[in-house]
Amino acid sequence: MRNCNLVIVGGGSAGMAAGCKAYELGERDILILEKNNYLGGILNQCIHNGFGIHEFKSELTGPEFMTRFSDKVKQYNIEYKLNSTVINISEDKIITYSNEQEGIVDIQAKAIIFTTGCYERNAGAIQIPGDRPSGILTAGQAQLYLNNYGYLVGKKVFILGSGDIGLIMARRMTLEGAKVIGVAEINPYSAGLNRNIQQCLLDLNIPLYLSHTVKQIIGKSHVEKIVLAKVDEKFNFIPGTEIEFECDTLLLSIGLIPYTALLSKTGMTFSKTKGANINQAMETDIPGIFSAGNALHVHDVVDYVVAEAKEAAVGAIKYLNGQLNNSNNKIDIIPSFGINYVIPQKLYIDEVDDIVTFKFRVNKPYKDINILFIFNGEIIKKIYKTAIIPSEMEMINISKSLFKNNNGQLVIKIEEKK
Amino acid sequence: MFDVLIIGGGVIGAMIAREISFYKLNTIVIEKENDVGNVTSMANSAIVHSGYDPEPNTLKAKLNVLGNSMFDEIASDLDVTFKRIGSLTVALEEHQLQILQDLEKRSKINGVDVKLLDAKQTKELEPCLSDDVKGSLFATTAGIINPFTLTVHALENAINNGVKLSLGEEVINIIQNDNYFDVITNKKTYQTKIIINCAGLFGDKIHSLIEPIDYSINPRKGEYFVLAQLPYNFVNHTIFPLPSSKGKGVLVSPTTSNNFLVGPSSEWVNEKDDLSTDKPTLDNVKSQAKLMVKNIPFDQCIRTFAGLRATPSTHDFIIGFAKNNNHFINAIGIESPGLASSPAIAKYVVDEFLSKIIHLEINENTSKTIKKRLSPSKMDKISANELIKNNPSYGKIICNCEKVTLGEIEDELSRSVPLNSVKALKKRTRAGFGKCQGGFCQPLVLSILAKHFNKPLTDILYDKDFSNIVKEETKKEAK
Repeated sequence: MRNCNLVIVGGGSAGMAAGCKAYELGERDILILEKNNYLGGILNQCIHNGFGIHEFKSELTGPEFMTRFSDKVKQYNIEYKLNSTVINISEDKIITYSNEQEGIVDIQAKAIIFTTGCYERNAGAIQIPGDRPSGILTAGQAQLYLNNYGYLVGKKVFILGSGDIGLIMARRMTLEGAKVIGVAEINPYSAGLNRNIQQCLLDLNIPLYLSHTVKQIIGKSHVEKIVLAKVDEKFNFIPGTEIEFECDTLLLSIGLIPYTALLSKTGMTFSKTKGANINQAMETDIPGIFSAGNALHVHDVVDYVVAEAKEAAVGAIKYLNGQLNNSNNKIDIIPSFGINYVIPQKLYIDEVDDIVTFKFRVNKPYKDINILFIFNGEIIKKIYKTAIIPSEMEMINISKSLFKNNNGQLVIKIEEKK
Repeated sequence: MFDVLIIGGGVIGAMIAREISFYKLNTIVIEKENDVGNVTSMANSAIVHSGYDPEPNTLKAKLNVLGNSMFDEIASDLDVTFKRIGSLTVALEEHQLQILQDLEKRSKINGVDVKLLDAKQTKELEPCLSDDVKGSLFATTAGIINPFTLTVHALENAINNGVKLSLGEEVINIIQNDNYFDVITNKKTYQTKIIINCAGLFGDKIHSLIEPIDYSINPRKGEYFVLAQLPYNFVNHTIFPLPSSKGKGVLVSPTTSNNFLVGPSSEWVNEKDDLSTDKPTLDNVKSQAKLMVKNIPFDQCIRTFAGLRATPSTHDFIIGFAKNNNHFINAIGIESPGLASSPAIAKYVVDEFLSKIIHLEINENTSKTIKKRLSPSKMDKISANELIKNNPSYGKIICNCEKVTLGEIEDELSRSVPLNSVKALKKRTRAGFGKCQGGFCQPLVLSILAKHFNKPLTDILYDKDFSNIVKEETKKEAK
């Protein structure tokens, strides 16, 4: 069996960034495994611009952004295998992949960085009532068909969910000559970034129906109509609010979920995001297996994915150098009132250099609040925010020196001002 | 002139076609859908019932028990996943224990091997059950089967033995002549000596084309949840509540693909193509199931669906000659336990009816088996690598969730049952059946089909006519 110091599962932006960072830190025995026939992952179909504002200080398209990294992978001569699908990852870090040339191959890795990205929530997951004809697609599928295959999936489109891909597809399909009738969001607030609401809906006069969802799909072979209805705070339909729309397509932009099925046999635990639970070094419950990017939690922009993947590479190199010891002194991070999730979930403060970055999302929009960091009952940091929304990931740095102890609990919560 | 024309390519038509294919007869199957097994045979509980439930001395009782006993051989011959996992019918209240005893007696009469278990034995066997469980009836012979491949493979076997199959062809009228029938479809007219009516939900309509009928076949809808494959242990048996007048009730069961089914509901509907789901019904299914099984992971739901039972007003399968024409054989009203009964129904139709009206001569050039499908994910590594070495397509994974390779898809496209749609491929290979529900592989599958048929992507159907997935090429001029 082949041995390899660092195997990276998934050659998208996170995987490539992790690989390059590990190389820059001196590691030379790196292998990236990628299922597609190109490096870059989902960015390949994101032909709109807006990528790289933080990383490259310029607004690139998805393919441009990914090319910068794939060029670097090639320049560093990092080994990568395309068309190679990982089919198993074991607890003892044996990775099994399959491709046409080599068949099914096992590799013993010393460290693994898991960067497989995410998948889109689909109609089955939310159990949309009514018929089940064709013409119901996820926004990302429609994007792939349009941008990479050159086909429109429909001419009269309704979009359920105000996630960013849905908003971007509303604009994209409009520009290609389709009629986008409207976007519905079950929550009373949008799930997408404000800039996308403005540029993709308001600028094109596409109505956004907040607190609305699809009550019924109608059509035997293909979607013919949808019935939209308003919902109350508990997401129950309000009778009498039904609106019928004739359309040939229902696009779903109802959320992204880390694609972690491959990790399920390792015995590690997972967080509310469905990504792995990790520590400050991006290391999962299994020593030497790291995770980053959308396979860990879904990010707003690829720049943050890249930054996180680099942290995972730093963690993996530390592990390979025997510098991650995960002593018994552990701090558990507990998301409390108003906080949907926090990354990391556990902290070995002794192994932190000087600051810890906490990434989190709130569970709904809040205004005029404090974010409290409470360590073993004592507030160690309080941050005021005039407004905070779930669609924007928060990142807050806390100095190591504020932790007076190396074990216990850090509770993060929102304090609403009376 | 055909000897036998079978109307309907569901599991009953398929099993009968296969049984007939062993004899020297000229046979054709006509199916109105774009794929075989695309209506009731596709959307059901996928259970091979033991036979404890049907009223004794009915066709349902007799053919269920016999059919169940035939499944080990059939599944092996036809390369279909079948597992005898056993079923537990659970009592949740003390007074229901008497009903379990009555069911035990009925099982004995029907010839089904069952055991009465007390609460402790039941919980030991199935720890996921509710703490309210008072006892259960354990039927060891109950099994689960892949209903999609059962129908497809039975017809593949039949076609390889010489049976013809036409898809997308609907019977519109039947004319009775002296010694034969004219069967008029939306495409052409066939002459046949014998008709076997396996038209499922539309069996009454087909029968009424040749004589007045005094019964009806009514659509009774069942809605289900499909749960994802789970990394931990959940139910290992098929769990039933006590049966009622509405049927066998909401079950919780593993499937042959390691998913879990929760359902069905039971509602009469007006339309024979009403496959819609609705929230109140599914909510009710959920609460029924929760009474029996603890901690059902409904957050792992990957799909909901509805199926229609072809429920006859006669309360039993309708199998036999038409009243005034002994060259027209019905095999209709096949609601549950129809899947479990299907091999026995086929034998019954051939032995008791067909043999009485036409000479059956065994055709020595036929086979009971089909070429096995190969799937690297189900093989040991050495055999899988040998397979990939001979055909590299088996190393290329198309559906990540279900680990379906290009080799498996290409094999399926080369088989004798036509494969015309994305859904037909999904039913055969499971590509698109996983957590992402085709999010990643559907575009790949669409391209593979377009390439195979040498058609543009816009011509490839998801399922029925007009179910195209992509509508319009955007950059035609530029190319």
